[in-house]
Amino acid sequence: MINSNEIIDDIANKEYEFGFSTDIEMDIAPPGLNEDIIRFISAKKNEPEWLLEWRLKGFAAFKKMEFPKWQHFEMPELDLQALSYYAAPRKKKQLNSLDEVDPELLATFEKLGIPLNEQKALTGVAVDAVFDSVSVATTFKGKLKEMGVIFCSFGEAVQEHPDLVKKYLGSVVPHTDNIFAALNAAVFSDGSFVYIPKGVRCPMELSTYFRINAQNTGQFERTLIIADDNSYVSYLEGCTAPMRDENQLHAAVVELIALEQAEIKYSTVQNWYPGDKDGKGGIYNFVTKRGICKGTASKISWTQVETGSAITWKYPSVILQGDHSEGEFYSVAVVRNKQIADTGTKIHHIGKGTKSRIISKGISAGRGDNSYRGLVAVGPRADNARNFTQCDSLLIGNQCGSHTFPYIESRNKTAMIEHEATTSKIGEDQIFYLNQRGIDSEKAVALIVNGYVKEVLNQLPMEFAVEAQKLLSITLEGSVG
Amino acid sequence: MLTIKNLHAEVEGKKILKGINLEINKGEMHAIMGPNGSGKSSLASVLAGRDNYTVTEGEVWFNGKNLLDMAPEDRAREGVFLAFQYPVEIPGVSNLNFLKTALNEIRAYKGLPALEAREFLKLTKEKQQLVDFHSNLMNRSLNEGFSGGEKKRNEIFQLAMLDPQLAILDETDSGLDIDALRIVSNGVNKLRDAEKSFVVITHYQRLLEYIIPDFVHVLYNGRIIKTGTKELALELEERGYDWLKEELHLKESV
Repeated sequence: MINSNEIIDDIANKEYEFGFSTDIEMDIAPPGLNEDIIRFISAKKNEPEWLLEWRLKGFAAFKKMEFPKWQHFEMPELDLQALSYYAAPRKKKQLNSLDEVDPELLATFEKLGIPLNEQKALTGVAVDAVFDSVSVATTFKGKLKEMGVIFCSFGEAVQEHPDLVKKYLGSVVPHTDNIFAALNAAVFSDGSFVYIPKGVRCPMELSTYFRINAQNTGQFERTLIIADDNSYVSYLEGCTAPMRDENQLHAAVVELIALEQAEIKYSTVQNWYPGDKDGKGGIYNFVTKRGICKGTASKISWTQVETGSAITWKYPSVILQGDHSEGEFYSVAVVRNKQIADTGTKIHHIGKGTKSRIISKGISAGRGDNSYRGLVAVGPRADNARNFTQCDSLLIGNQCGSHTFPYIESRNKTAMIEHEATTSKIGEDQIFYLNQRGIDSEKAVALIVNGYVKEVLNQLPMEFAVEAQKLLSITLEGSVG
Repeated sequence: MLTIKNLHAEVEGKKILKGINLEINKGEMHAIMGPNGSGKSSLASVLAGRDNYTVTEGEVWFNGKNLLDMAPEDRAREGVFLAFQYPVEIPGVSNLNFLKTALNEIRAYKGLPALEAREFLKLTKEKQQLVDFHSNLMNRSLNEGFSGGEKKRNEIFQLAMLDPQLAILDETDSGLDIDALRIVSNGVNKLRDAEKSFVVITHYQRLLEYIIPDFVHVLYNGRIIKTGTKELALELEERGYDWLKEELHLKESV
């Protein structure tokens, strides 16, 4: 007879599915962090002088900063000098079409369920595929171009649309923001760039898929999304990495800018390699994500499903500057084995009548440790600001941890701020009850977990909601009814 | 249908069942009564396969299969249903989704295809009426925030939906007022048929005024010490259990 403890052990020890690595010829810079390497990256990417200057300013800021100490986990020793800051699949010549992409790379992405061949691709989804430091392919570019939508790699945007990049780069996450953002400013390699022109509703989901392959490298990509007046875009990022014994650093920066009445929906399904059951290896996912609702009645919505990484440390945030703008944060964070997640959001209410909604669902299994950390700040000008926060924790087994650190700062007495929180545990009684109705333990756990996260998964675009549900099932065993 | 032979079981090293023998045939209604701590609910748990009980001796056969060899979910799929004394709450899982999953798991076990949404909803409506279960509870999370009476009615509703061969009702009457008791009993009576058997565990004769048993067993100290018909329940109501205990001690000392 299977008892629920065995099920819980199974859940805690499930293998990582995307742990393979690709054997491909790479250009890899020698390890070390210094001005030379920054100049090397900048030259490699044929960047204009202003961008190099900006990188160097970032590096100068980085050198003055120290690692923060407020996080709810033991900060691992990071030897930033031991990392290589540039790794790219070696290309023979400039690519003109997808047909010229290295078949090995296409095969890698196929294997990950991300076909880059447009005929095979998910209809209605354009993909930018980033392999280690560079973008290897972007699908449906032509189709998007007809509508004036720019969707390309960051490097390409620097060449083709330098004015837009110059105007907005670092405008939401400055190079002095925090130590990882400063590091990213100095050494960022590639990433995605999106511009939606005025009045355009982007006809397809835009998606970037990040894959870390090379050993001893860090991934430092930058994403910049600008939604001009009255436009709309839905964007999704996905990520995986091979199983490696050492830890790898992922320190990305994402900046979102929503102008007058624009709406940006940003979804993440994060499945970086989490390390093995003893906590060996895995990605350190230290990412700075922030959006600004600059325009009146604009809206930014973050949805994240965090199942991977050894340590996830990030707070996708929204600055509600425009009057009547809206910010949302929906999150599912799962930890098992010895994973750590310290995640949440910051919402700054600046404009009048601004609204925000935070729904956070933490799931802890194995010896995982999950923290929600959030800030809701209401400024003096933000009359009638409104916030609702719901923060739930679900525990599986009795060796995991869950913590909540909600901060509320209000400087306007017309603001209404609500915070609700619950903690629950999947009990043996619940599993037995479902067993007694003919549902096996694995399915019982899946049923309970899916019920628990439904509110967040409903926010994801259809295809990805299904993917996320699958991923949760793989992560937590069992499937969905 | 169900044969229990010399069943012994313990929990955390404590002997709870000390040689239960019971034969239940198709279509029969058995009541099990007994004082607190006599092992009534333990018997229900052992039959359903709760894992903190250890069977140390004896056999249980269900339609010719060894019940004790089966995982709890397989016992359920074979047709053993337990109406819980304390139904658990499962937040986030709607009653409807839960029932659909359960029903389809049982159907899959029997090699039947999953019910289509329309058929499932039709069945749901029909059974709701049968056991007088409010449809507004269907989309709520399973038992979450239900009153004691609503939880018990949900158990009977599930019983109606899953249509088992053997239903064990563990103190379904506890915590019910007279009206709720009548509704629950009516539901059970409507579900009685020639193919289905019931084991009704109760403290009080009151329930047996509504659900008329074919047999009444008295469980005491882990054993069935007396078996009779519905008149035995009335006698117990009048005289309590002490006379039976004395009878037993007399027998044992002889």
